[in-house]
Amino acid sequence: MTQTLAMMRGRFDPSRHGALLALVVIVLFNLAVTPNFLQAQTLFVNISQVATIAIVAMGMTLVIATGGIDLSVGAVMALSGALAPLIFLSDFATANPGLGLAASILVPIVVALCCGIFNGVLVSVLNVQPIVATLIFFISGRGLAQVLTNGNLQTFTNPSFSYLGTGRVLGLPFQGWLVLLIAVVLFWVVTRSVFGRQLLAVGGNERAARLSGIPVHRVKIGAYVICAGLSGLAGLIVVAINSASDAARIGNLMELDAIAAAVVGGTLLQGGRAPIFGAVLGAVIIQLVKYTLLANGIADEVALIAKAGIIIAAVYLQQARKE
Amino acid sequence: MLDNTAFDLRRYLRGGGHSFGVWVALVAMILFGLIRYENFGGAYNISSFLNYNAMFIVISVGMCFVILTGGIDLSVGSVAAFTSVVAAYLSPYGIQVALPGAVLAGLAIGGLNALFVVAMRIPPFIATLATMLGAKGGALVISGAQTISIDWGSNFTRLGMEQAFGILPWTIVITAVVVIALWIVLERTSLGRTVLAVGGGEDASTMMGLDVTRAKVFVYALSGACGGLAGVFLASGFGAGQPLEGVGWELSAIASVVVGGTLLTGGMGSVGATVAGALLLGLVFNILNFENGRGVISLSAYWQMVIRGGFLFAVILLQSHLASRSKGTTI
Repeated sequence: MTQTLAMMRGRFDPSRHGALLALVVIVLFNLAVTPNFLQAQTLFVNISQVATIAIVAMGMTLVIATGGIDLSVGAVMALSGALAPLIFLSDFATANPGLGLAASILVPIVVALCCGIFNGVLVSVLNVQPIVATLIFFISGRGLAQVLTNGNLQTFTNPSFSYLGTGRVLGLPFQGWLVLLIAVVLFWVVTRSVFGRQLLAVGGNERAARLSGIPVHRVKIGAYVICAGLSGLAGLIVVAINSASDAARIGNLMELDAIAAAVVGGTLLQGGRAPIFGAVLGAVIIQLVKYTLLANGIADEVALIAKAGIIIAAVYLQQARKE
Repeated sequence: MLDNTAFDLRRYLRGGGHSFGVWVALVAMILFGLIRYENFGGAYNISSFLNYNAMFIVISVGMCFVILTGGIDLSVGSVAAFTSVVAAYLSPYGIQVALPGAVLAGLAIGGLNALFVVAMRIPPFIATLATMLGAKGGALVISGAQTISIDWGSNFTRLGMEQAFGILPWTIVITAVVVIALWIVLERTSLGRTVLAVGGGEDASTMMGLDVTRAKVFVYALSGACGGLAGVFLASGFGAGQPLEGVGWELSAIASVVVGGTLLTGGMGSVGATVAGALLLGLVFNILNFENGRGVISLSAYWQMVIRGGFLFAVILLQSHLASRSKGTTI
């Protein structure tokens, strides 16, 4: 099994191997301890919960690969999640359901992409440190979402929009397939496209990349834009799952989950590596740990401490491997 | 002659980091407030403003030390929430137990950060992210996710309610003492010089024989202890341990440090400018509240978040401009 995986990747990679091992351990533990773990319902719950983390974590992986970080993902989710119901509940959308539905998906994602351009320009052109640059939307993005909705909870019934969160394809949740599709596309982008090679070069050594003629600004902005766009999509999924939108809660603390998933999946914070499937794996591990604790009657709060332990262990293993 | 003036200004900016702007902005905003609002300079506004912002000033100064070494501490908000609960549980034994107990609890988490960063070589961002989650979880576990009310019979409540020597709230007096002490540590001791040197270049500092490890352990422990003190202020100010508070405080503290002109890459910055940065961010809210009170505008708490972000953006643009002109470094 490990041999095959190692060959698939072309070389042996202990940090991702460790994550896989952790996953196997958690699954075995659940099989032994957690009641009803092997039920379809369990699978569906976990897939629909992990999807948003995985989608945002993949975007975060690209940003971290450039040596940056994006703290604004949760706020961008809130912004897009607040916009969607505003649009399809408007008079225009009730008169033209088809157009309204399209607008309620496209407009929030375009707004999210604009947030990404803002972050990317600050980081690359104005040379502001990523933590500080993305801090601006972290602080104000959720505020904007709450201004738009007056801080109200928006509830709705819109079956075609809710498909994003509750639909099934071949018996599995739609957003699970979405994760798979995004992962395959991004994996191709990172490993095969020119942009992907430039991305890793910028993260590996920005100065060298600049000197060898890589458009560093454009590549960095691209990473932030993709990350923000994916966050926007994740915001829509959260709203669709709940059939309700609460700007104060959508994507709350998502930046931490996404960073944790990326790091557990083998992304180096210094940049230069973008293991897309690793990020998905990291998201799955974090979700499963959360589920395991909850399903066994251990409080949510303790799950936070467990998550902290996983993050420290994952990064410590990375460090140990490097030295 | 004109050329000479320009040269002097530039040299001044270079010498004082990028903190020049924050002082100008602070003075301008205070003048604006004094002219525009009748009660702005009144004892009540000054005292309640400082009382509320004391906890942000304390964690910002601790954060400043960490950032000076080129690190970051994301755990301070959770630490404050955790220690406010600790302080509430210890309040029946009086302030002489509750205050040191809570500060020690913060110090312990800071020590954990130091262990992760220094001994295990985990990047500060991740190490303190983990302790942030851990402290938040810890606060919720020991409090059962409930606010823990404070024993009103003890002398702990006097901290948030009574004035020291009949003039200023105790929180402000304690904050002033902490700020002055840390200013002396940074500007006048070898430990402070090492902190600055580590941020300027860690390898070079090691080669010069400076005790880099000691400096790093010191800054994380200090930041944890500052978070602990902020937790004490939080508990006394609200009359309860608040396990759900502290969300986003670390980012307010980082914003204060950055607004104060300290570079996130470390090596350059000051305690005074950080306090000025914290006061400036606090003043944005204070002035917005006055505007609300006059009925000229009606800004919800949500708008205030947006404006705060916009304000941070403006300061960042200004600093990025100054930085590119004077040194070519990043913020």
